[in-house]
Amino acid sequence: MEAVLLGMVLMLSIFLGFELISKVPATLHTPLMSGANAISGVTLVGALTSASMGQELFASILGCLAVTMATINVVGGYLVTNRMLGMFKKKDTGAKAGARQ
Amino acid sequence: MSTELINSIYIIAAALFVFGLKQMSSPATAVRGNLLSAVGMFIAVVVTLFAREIVEFQWIVIGVVVGSLIGAVAAQKVAMTSMPEMVALFNGSGGASSLLVGWAALYGAEAGTFTLVTIILSILIGGVTLSGSILAWGKLSEVMTSKAVVFGAQRLVNAALLAALVVCSVLFVLDPSVTSPYLYVVIALSLLLGVMAVLPIGGADMPVVISLLNSYSGLAACAAGFAIHNNILIVAGALVGAAGIILTQIMCKAMNRSLANVLFSGFGAVKTATVVEGEVKPINVEDAYVILEAATNVTFVPGYGMAVAQAQHVVRELGELLEANGCEVTFAIHPVAGRMPGHMNVLLAEANVSYDQLVEMDDINPRMSNIDVAVVIGANDVVNPAAREDENSPIYGMPIINVDHARTVFVLKRSMSSGFSGVDNPLFFGENTRMLFGDAKQSIAALVAEFKT
Repeated sequence: MEAVLLGMVLMLSIFLGFELISKVPATLHTPLMSGANAISGVTLVGALTSASMGQELFASILGCLAVTMATINVVGGYLVTNRMLGMFKKKDTGAKAGARQ
Repeated sequence: MSTELINSIYIIAAALFVFGLKQMSSPATAVRGNLLSAVGMFIAVVVTLFAREIVEFQWIVIGVVVGSLIGAVAAQKVAMTSMPEMVALFNGSGGASSLLVGWAALYGAEAGTFTLVTIILSILIGGVTLSGSILAWGKLSEVMTSKAVVFGAQRLVNAALLAALVVCSVLFVLDPSVTSPYLYVVIALSLLLGVMAVLPIGGADMPVVISLLNSYSGLAACAAGFAIHNNILIVAGALVGAAGIILTQIMCKAMNRSLANVLFSGFGAVKTATVVEGEVKPINVEDAYVILEAATNVTFVPGYGMAVAQAQHVVRELGELLEANGCEVTFAIHPVAGRMPGHMNVLLAEANVSYDQLVEMDDINPRMSNIDVAVVIGANDVVNPAAREDENSPIYGMPIINVDHARTVFVLKRSMSSGFSGVDNPLFFGENTRMLFGDAKQSIAALVAEFKT
């Protein structure tokens, strides 16, 4: 039964994803992608659990590597997206009018 | 904290992801959207740390510190021209982490068949994403040849590889164990498959590949979510998967090619375009200045060549001077103008071009006949009228920016040579086209100097 419920969540999320993403303008597609990178770093949540269950050493090392990789995505993804989005500026109309004179 | 409570808090995180993506629908709210999404991630991570299963923290601390350092430094240092490489590597690390999470999940409690299938899927998709992304990075950064690598029985080899992968996965699920040789075979084969899948794709098609790998990294996260029964991974993974697929579609449509065509065949020069003959009409900077000075409506059509020449800053300066002269200035951007979706927009935004001046192809084309001067900088195929008129052209059917409908077209070009597809461009011989030969940056700088005197 749990598998069916998770499947339901998956189906709804995919439709929601399509609706949301198709509204993102072409101008923002690069930040959208790096932002998506950051979100896919959500595997960090899974990695945290696998790195810390106190089982075999090898499993902990796998978990630790997984945490590292996912953290790169999360931290790098959000920071670079923020840096890019900060560049998208609209000239305020006052400055424009000033330039025309 | 109980599992129930943790899962309820994940719902808040998921809602923040959704809300963050919703705010990406406008550049004005996008910064806040990204922040909301990051807050969602922070909540999800913190609450996970309170889970009962977590007993050892040393591995987490090592991973988080190392990962944060690498991520933060990379995010600060990367040049905007290198964003495609950066995103390719991020896709790869996303794939790697799904592979590792799936692998480590095998060490957990006894798993049922369904969970085992999803674990294998997580390893498989993660592996393909990892090695495929590294190869894509290699092609983008030109560490290796960016051309399509095609050999005789390539499709046969890939099909055999995929079949072997499926067989080994099934064998593993039937007799699961962390020491099963099939596990290692599956990991190795999925890494190999990723490499083989990206090899036959040429450098010009890389925007499609990055988008697709982006989608894979989401799907891998999704599979990992099923493997460890975690709903936030499924929701977030599905959102990312959808984003990647939509961008892939947009890129394919902008090149008028099917996804299958991009994935399986190197850019085929099967057709030979009708040879265009005519006389090009060169123009010098002084005359170009006179025309621009009189124009009331100018649109710039940048291609990746502009970024290579680092001309975006002088172009912006010219745009400002034109505006000060009472002229309306826009930048018409073709979906495949850069090396990844939206790349050109970021490059122009970096050069301080206001985002309301960035116009999409479908918005500029209907009003092209009212444009006094269209200035083509470092673009070729995306403004080639052969795509519209010449059925024999390899790029026939590809949507283009109809600069030839503008009253006057300036094409900035180093010399007469073709774009990546080796297609002749009838635009250069057009009645209203004037060629401004020379380095794009120097030509624009000379125009700027004319305006200032």
